[in-house]
Amino acid sequence: MNIIVSALSFTYPSGVEALHGVNLAIAAGEAVAILGENGAGKTTLVKHFNGLLRPTRGTVAVGGWDTREHSVAQMAARAGYVFQNPDDQLFERTVQAEVMFGPHNLGRTAAEAGAAAADALAQVGLAAQSGANPYDLHLSERKLLALAAVLAMHTPVVVLDEPTTGQDARGVARISGIVEALKAEGRTVIAISHDVDFCAEHFDRVVLMAGGLILADGPAADVFARADDLRRADVEPPQLVRLASALGLLGAPLRTEQFVDLLAQARL
Amino acid sequence: MIDIQGLTYTYPASETPALNGIDLTVPEGQLCAVIGANGAGKSTLCYAIAGFVPHFYNGTLTGRVTVAGRDVVATPLAELAGEIGLVFANPFNQITGARFTVREEVAFGLENLGVPRDDMLARVDAALALVGLAGLGDRSPYALSGGQQQRVALASVIVMRPRVLVLDEPTSQLDPVGTREVFETLAGLAQAGGTTVVLVEHKPEWIAVHADRVVVLSAGRVVLDGPPAEVLAAPELSGYGLAPTRYTQAARLAVGRGLAPGDRPLPVTLEQAAPFFTDRVSP
Repeated sequence: MNIIVSALSFTYPSGVEALHGVNLAIAAGEAVAILGENGAGKTTLVKHFNGLLRPTRGTVAVGGWDTREHSVAQMAARAGYVFQNPDDQLFERTVQAEVMFGPHNLGRTAAEAGAAAADALAQVGLAAQSGANPYDLHLSERKLLALAAVLAMHTPVVVLDEPTTGQDARGVARISGIVEALKAEGRTVIAISHDVDFCAEHFDRVVLMAGGLILADGPAADVFARADDLRRADVEPPQLVRLASALGLLGAPLRTEQFVDLLAQARL
Repeated sequence: MIDIQGLTYTYPASETPALNGIDLTVPEGQLCAVIGANGAGKSTLCYAIAGFVPHFYNGTLTGRVTVAGRDVVATPLAELAGEIGLVFANPFNQITGARFTVREEVAFGLENLGVPRDDMLARVDAALALVGLAGLGDRSPYALSGGQQQRVALASVIVMRPRVLVLDEPTSQLDPVGTREVFETLAGLAQAGGTTVVLVEHKPEWIAVHADRVVVLSAGRVVLDGPPAEVLAAPELSGYGLAPTRYTQAARLAVGRGLAPGDRPLPVTLEQAAPFFTDRVSP
């Protein structure tokens, strides 16, 4: 499902202008990483995708639905948003109930919701904790639970806000696998992340934001090669890109294998 | 400065120990990073050094924890607080909720010690400047972003000038610029100020550059302990649920494909990686 953002400006009730005329078109099935420093407007932008925020000026359309003309409940069936802080999202008394809430709310039967919840919990590795209280879980597990709650809704668009924060290597590997699975199913995956190495490996397109504007937008290898734009956005290039640049290799390798291929070519 | 001997600790209502036979000595002025998979015992180790284990959490503790010459188990928390600062993983657990502005929040500990007003204000402003919050002293701590709150929590501990600083994932909410600032601040406190720093973190690329030493915990035990270049390049790291930096991963793959000699230590930082590969790239 596609997302079309046209001349989007947003001002918080406090008077803070977070977005200044953003234009962005995301096609169905794209995997897009949104990068930028704290306060760049990343979270404000993606909160428009499921109608949590409504444009002050401009429009946002998800699969042709103008977010101003649909309720958050309607939009939630199209765009699932996993909060950065799981404690902003979780409220049920058990892990199972938390993950069933979304599909149930979308009108699925209890049996369907139960099956969707079981699948989603298995995907994030929390199947054994389905009877636990979410607040007895470690913060990194609550983040995975918040992800499961969105996965269980089978939305065509999935938005992840800082998914790898606080995860250990196994947690990051699990989230990477989920992102790859969503991509393989043709769903639109959008992530906000400071983890540039994770973004380089799993997202084909990168959008750089700074001061409520888009600074750069394109294939990951192109954007990560634009040192000046990255500096303006206060984003460090991925480790492999820095290494390739230090060695004078041409191109921005996104994965370890690509870096080693570049190295092999340079030695020929 | 920190001397831990045979420490085993079990939380109340738990049957397996969170820490199991830990021996660890950290000299004054060392920046010691502690890494491990979630559930390995990292936070519990932080609590044990700061005395929250067992004083606050109760449970069963055997062995000995000595910090700045004091037996942590035998010393009341209030007395330990003068020597040891603990920065919690979740800044919401640190902020008192009893003060209206960031400046008052950071002054809270000094007020309790009865530090003279002028001295206190100077120390608070210096601490806020150090963590990059100089302009935000008059804001409410609750009107800040997660990353800014994390810096308030750090400032409120640094301002106490503890001899031992224990930090549980202090950069989890920060962007790369904020992460760099925190690591540089901690390295500065250790090197110039002689502060002993125990730092729990997940970010190997930053640990590789700034830590003097890396300790790996797994299932409550110390399983690796040494300089970053040695520990972060150790082949057994992934078995403990940890990932090396991309520099190490790339070097390992290059060695495997015969593109780099296998008889040299693998790089863990960009600075080490560039010469590791340069020799071969331009013969």
